Amino acid sequence: MPDRTKTYDVLVAGGGNAALCAAITARQAGASVLLVESAPKAFRGGNSRHTRNLRAMHDQPNEVLTDAYKEDEYWDDLLRVTGGNTNEALARMTIRASSGVFGWMKQSGVRFQPSLTGTLNLGRTNAFFLGGGKALVNAYYLTAERLGVEILYDTEVVNMNMEDGFIRSVDITYKGFPETVRAKCVVASSGGFQANLEWMREYWGDAVDNFVIRGTPYNRGRVLKNLLSQGVATIGDPTQFHAVALDARAPKFDGGITTRLDSVPYSVVVNRNGDRFYDEGEDVWPKRYAIWGRLIAQQPGQIAYSICDSKAFPLFMPSVFPAFKADTLEELAAKMKLDPAKVRETVDGFNKAVIPGQTFDNLKLDGNATRGLTPNKTNWARAVDKGPFYGYPLRPGITFTYLSVKVNEKAQVLMDNDQPAGNLFASGEIMSGNILGKGYLAGFGMTIGTVFGRIAGQEAARRARN
Amino acid sequence: MQETDAIAAARREMEICNACRYCEGFCAVFPAVELRREFSAGDLSYLANLCHGCRGCYYACQYSPPHEWGINVPKALAEVRAESYAEYAWPKPLASMFNRNGTVVSLVTALGIALVLFLTMTLNSPGNFFGAHGTAADSFYDVIPLWAMQIVGVLTFGFSLVALAMGVRNFWRDAGPKDSIGPVSIAIALWDVLTLKNLGGAGNGCNDNSEAFSMRRRYLHHAMFYGFLLCFAATTTGFIYHSFLGWPAPYAFISAPVLLGTVGGVLMLVGTIGLTAMKFVDDPIPNVRRLLGGDVALLMLLSMIALTGLFLLAVRATGAMGMAMAIHLGFILAFFVTIPYSKMVHGVYRSAALLRRAIERNMKPLGGE
Repeated sequence: MPDRTKTYDVLVAGGGNAALCAAITARQAGASVLLVESAPKAFRGGNSRHTRNLRAMHDQPNEVLTDAYKEDEYWDDLLRVTGGNTNEALARMTIRASSGVFGWMKQSGVRFQPSLTGTLNLGRTNAFFLGGGKALVNAYYLTAERLGVEILYDTEVVNMNMEDGFIRSVDITYKGFPETVRAKCVVASSGGFQANLEWMREYWGDAVDNFVIRGTPYNRGRVLKNLLSQGVATIGDPTQFHAVALDARAPKFDGGITTRLDSVPYSVVVNRNGDRFYDEGEDVWPKRYAIWGRLIAQQPGQIAYSICDSKAFPLFMPSVFPAFKADTLEELAAKMKLDPAKVRETVDGFNKAVIPGQTFDNLKLDGNATRGLTPNKTNWARAVDKGPFYGYPLRPGITFTYLSVKVNEKAQVLMDNDQPAGNLFASGEIMSGNILGKGYLAGFGMTIGTVFGRIAGQEAARRARN
Repeated sequence: MQETDAIAAARREMEICNACRYCEGFCAVFPAVELRREFSAGDLSYLANLCHGCRGCYYACQYSPPHEWGINVPKALAEVRAESYAEYAWPKPLASMFNRNGTVVSLVTALGIALVLFLTMTLNSPGNFFGAHGTAADSFYDVIPLWAMQIVGVLTFGFSLVALAMGVRNFWRDAGPKDSIGPVSIAIALWDVLTLKNLGGAGNGCNDNSEAFSMRRRYLHHAMFYGFLLCFAATTTGFIYHSFLGWPAPYAFISAPVLLGTVGGVLMLVGTIGLTAMKFVDDPIPNVRRLLGGDVALLMLLSMIALTGLFLLAVRATGAMGMAMAIHLGFILAFFVTIPYSKMVHGVYRSAALLRRAIERNMKPLGGE
């Protein structure tokens, strides 16, 4: 039960990595803190529970990161994936701060695993949490509880009562019952809105019925929408989201990492009409998996089918769902409810177009290409001819949305007139569009959440205690 | 291993783990999972016996209950592990000892004490049995002859060692082909066994009943295990004193056998009682309730061996010595007999699994890069 008689120094809306970093930091700075998490305890932590690592700048190897990953390379990577859709000052500040978060994270109970066989070969750029994101979230909650942060689960912020850019009180529903709580400062760390299908439907129509939401069903964007309706400045295209190709049999929500499929580069991918629609071998999968969600979202019925033969089957990560398997392509197509004749025709055409005499090498861009197809496959093209044949249905899996509240380098939320709100701060996905306006960089969401969570917690505590 | 519901359930979970791999830093199980794409029943038995049950993966799992997938690896592997004990038991008809194992171990213990006590009391005059023997040489053997102790000990313990060896052989074959065993692999496996490196989330400890880590279980197991070894060393030293040096028991308080046994006994008591207590405060969800009986029965048996041993030391010069020794040896007899048919087998199967893991340590994970 929240204490309604008390005015907290800091109220944190949200319960994931960014919220926890803000709450712990504010508490360490001496503030009284109330953290409001909409999920029940078992599902706490937002999408952070599905994450695995954090991208961190470092000038030399340390116990969890190999080699070096310097500011300029980090910035170049970010520039490339965002196509310039970023704020250089905020981005560079985040990148620089990322090299200094380990000490605090470890003090707060987070454990890292020694650089191992990362599935996407990220051992140089990304530090892996021992046990993954839920273990990190668990560690932060333990630390927050130990420090005396008050935590409410099953509690959603429904309205920030804002006057002239100043939040007077916050309306919440505590286990379904409406309550109002007061805090001198508020940190919004409640994520994007990708789990709010009705909101998504405004932009994508009934295609959303065929989307899979990879993460928590609790990121409904209620705080984001509430702030947008009160004159808070936004940044990021509201219609856009990050999506990857997932096994179509994934649960609608919360399937996390295991539903992804790495089969595309070694497969022929067709849509439901049996036609190919994009170069499956354009680049290595870690650099391409993030565009395939969008590609499939644009296909009829938002579905695609990855088909490979027994030569290719051992080359990619196992999926959590068993592949469709058949001795002939026709049988395989029928099992996946595709037109067998059409699939046969597409694969035969593909096989004929493979330029003969090339050497296949799955460990690099081998240049094995097809000739005369639209589109051609430009790497790892090999005839799909050795049964048994394997197939996976694919759907777009939505990771996060880009629409964000606008912030400055103190994590203060900006109003439409670009002036900072009086006592409102933001961290995490709700503001990540300032820095990552487009594209995706593995582990960067956790970096933004950690760096801005720490800043927001510090600034909110400072302001509240002045 | 036979295909059972437990095998099917563990296979489903391992396939999900293999697509996730977030837990690969915790222990030896997950790197072993990553070497496989399909899991035979023998593979699952290997993985199950590799699992030390620290629960790190359960608390870290994004798919643990109430998630619709309900992943609970410690529990799924404990089920398979329990079935594997029966599967590999030798001789085969005694596999049923692993059903209601708590009852079996308790009954054998009761019978062991009754038998030794009955024989000792029947074969001794009351004056000898209840008489104070002081600390005269060979005082113990005046009540139970040394040859009787040695024959019964060698026969029961020897049979148990044979049965354990046959079980390990069954396990080793079932887990499929592997490279040859090298000295480095043996050294690694031995280190893993002696340090319990895999019990406790990469050095952070176990998750006993919450997401907080604790070294409690590891330290208690160490106390029990090394206490047991010290007691074993005490017996061996006594044997050497008696047979080779001609120094008959009992030995002075400040002597190697008594010191080793006393420290070992106290450590065993601390370990077994602590581990038993933990059974009742641990989170029961990542565990298998029906295995609790067998676990507790063995812990109690070990603690009683330690306790009666210490008691015997305390009363050895008095008229209670005969009774105390008979009871102590009764517990030990029960222990010797039940070694291959109790939780004790986990030690050899786990060691064998760790050896197999050490052998395959340089293999590359499948999939990914």
